[in-house]
Amino acid sequence: MLRTADRAVGASAAGLRRGAAVPAEAAPRAGLFAPHGGVLLWAAVLPPVLFLVLPLLVLLGRTAATGGLLGYLASPVVVAALRLSLLTTGATLLVTLLLGTPVAYLLARYRFPGRAVLDTLLDLPMVLPPAVAGLALLMTLGRRGAFGPALSAFGLEISFTTTAVVLAQLFIAAPFYVRAARGGFETGDRALEEAAAVFGASGWQTFRRITVPLALPTLVGGAVMTWARALGEFGATIMFAGNFLGTTQTMPLAIYAAMERDLGAALVLASILVVISFVVLLSVRALAGPGLLRLPR
Amino acid sequence: MQQSRALRWLLVALLVLGAGAALSLQRARGAAEAQSGDLNVFAAASLTDAFGELGTLYESQNPGSHVVFNFGPSSGLRTQIEQGAPADVFASADQAQMDLAQTDGVVAGEPRVFARNALVLVLPHDNPGGITTLADLARPGLRLVSTAPQVPIGAYTRQMLQSMSQDPAYGADFGDRVLANVRSEELDVRAVLAKITLGEADGGVVYATDVTPQVAPEVQVLPIPDAFNVVAAYPITLVQGARQPALGQRFVDLVLSDAGQAVLARYNFQPGR
Repeated sequence: MLRTADRAVGASAAGLRRGAAVPAEAAPRAGLFAPHGGVLLWAAVLPPVLFLVLPLLVLLGRTAATGGLLGYLASPVVVAALRLSLLTTGATLLVTLLLGTPVAYLLARYRFPGRAVLDTLLDLPMVLPPAVAGLALLMTLGRRGAFGPALSAFGLEISFTTTAVVLAQLFIAAPFYVRAARGGFETGDRALEEAAAVFGASGWQTFRRITVPLALPTLVGGAVMTWARALGEFGATIMFAGNFLGTTQTMPLAIYAAMERDLGAALVLASILVVISFVVLLSVRALAGPGLLRLPR
Repeated sequence: MQQSRALRWLLVALLVLGAGAALSLQRARGAAEAQSGDLNVFAAASLTDAFGELGTLYESQNPGSHVVFNFGPSSGLRTQIEQGAPADVFASADQAQMDLAQTDGVVAGEPRVFARNALVLVLPHDNPGGITTLADLARPGLRLVSTAPQVPIGAYTRQMLQSMSQDPAYGADFGDRVLANVRSEELDVRAVLAKITLGEADGGVVYATDVTPQVAPEVQVLPIPDAFNVVAAYPITLVQGARQPALGQRFVDLVLSDAGQAVLARYNFQPGR
């Protein structure tokens, strides 16, 4: 059964690709809808694309023009910030996947009182300014926060630690994944899940082998959004975690701090962030192409 | 069907709302330009309250004018001005940043010192670190906050620690031991103070002027002896290529006038002239 479905999906994807490769009969004749878009469409597309891309190119250009690029790259500030950013965003992503997936599944598949309210509440951190998030976290987990004294009793003081960085990122960025995953689980093909159940698959097997693979592109998309948002997190981090080399100074904080003493260092840090983000987004896009649509064997 | 219609109306309402907001924004901007009295003052974060009052005074003396303040770390403000931010007046919390701005040729005229400030040690009101003397600052395990050495308050704090280290009563490694307790380099002096009023940090060095009447009940203040205290000078001047040089000069004059100095004195600044 699974193999048949696999082949069917594979076949239709192949069919789509073939269709795209033979545009003569399928594509409309000319104008705005010519095979690669008309002149008018390109003219309309150019300003927004330039607006979004040009500043980044200028940034990279200015960095390239800065002397001593390699010296900056090897400087302890850059190395420490980069390491910390990758470490914390990795942790944030992992926790988001582990804890966010059940939440998304619950919201997508079950009806219960207060579901709409819960759904909206989980969206809130995406809308709120990060300063609000930082303040809320301080009021909750800070030394004088609602749970601060209880945590202190166990010897836990969270602010000014790497844990605080991860918590700030989680608060701000996890909703992006939860939102996407909820959508993915909602649109999955229930017939396939029911069929799996009929053939004796357990709930967990069905979830792992049918539900997740079907929703995978959406899940990956949401995970990337969460990772990207966590990588850029600044406001909540500086408020809740502070700013210290090696423990809490992530790339965005290092960029801001560097601005105050050395524009060159800030430019190099910013460019590294741009390049890393681009490479990650592009590779995820490449991976999430046809490969991810295939069901596991 | 019913739902999609409701959605469509919601969309229309949002569009109308957005257009209305854009329109009123446009009108507000038009009004501001018509007055042509907008003055952009870039000032050190420690001047926030005193300059806020001076701004009100200035606006009442110059009807139709409007002062827009950009408060921040002096180093950051200088970078912004060097990158072409539309500043008319620059008021720095230390001479070093003003000197750098002068070297880069981004300020006009001779900067004048309009105020001076002293350093104090502040602790949360319940003193969670149990700090009773300056020597306690070196005790391992304390959670202190400061700023990067490029931010004036961070530079002054390190200068202070250096001169304390030369005193045998504290020991040569005193400064290093205190700096080892710094858990965060906040972005500016106000952020340092905020971490202390919140009780997140055990202590930090700020300007005497930062302990405003609002903040005073939240903190304990330990004075720093004159022998170690570094007194900060605040220079002010017009920015090169200011859009409002005449208005800017009027603001600088107000700050240096008796009335301006009286306002600064009320916020614990010492006279600069």
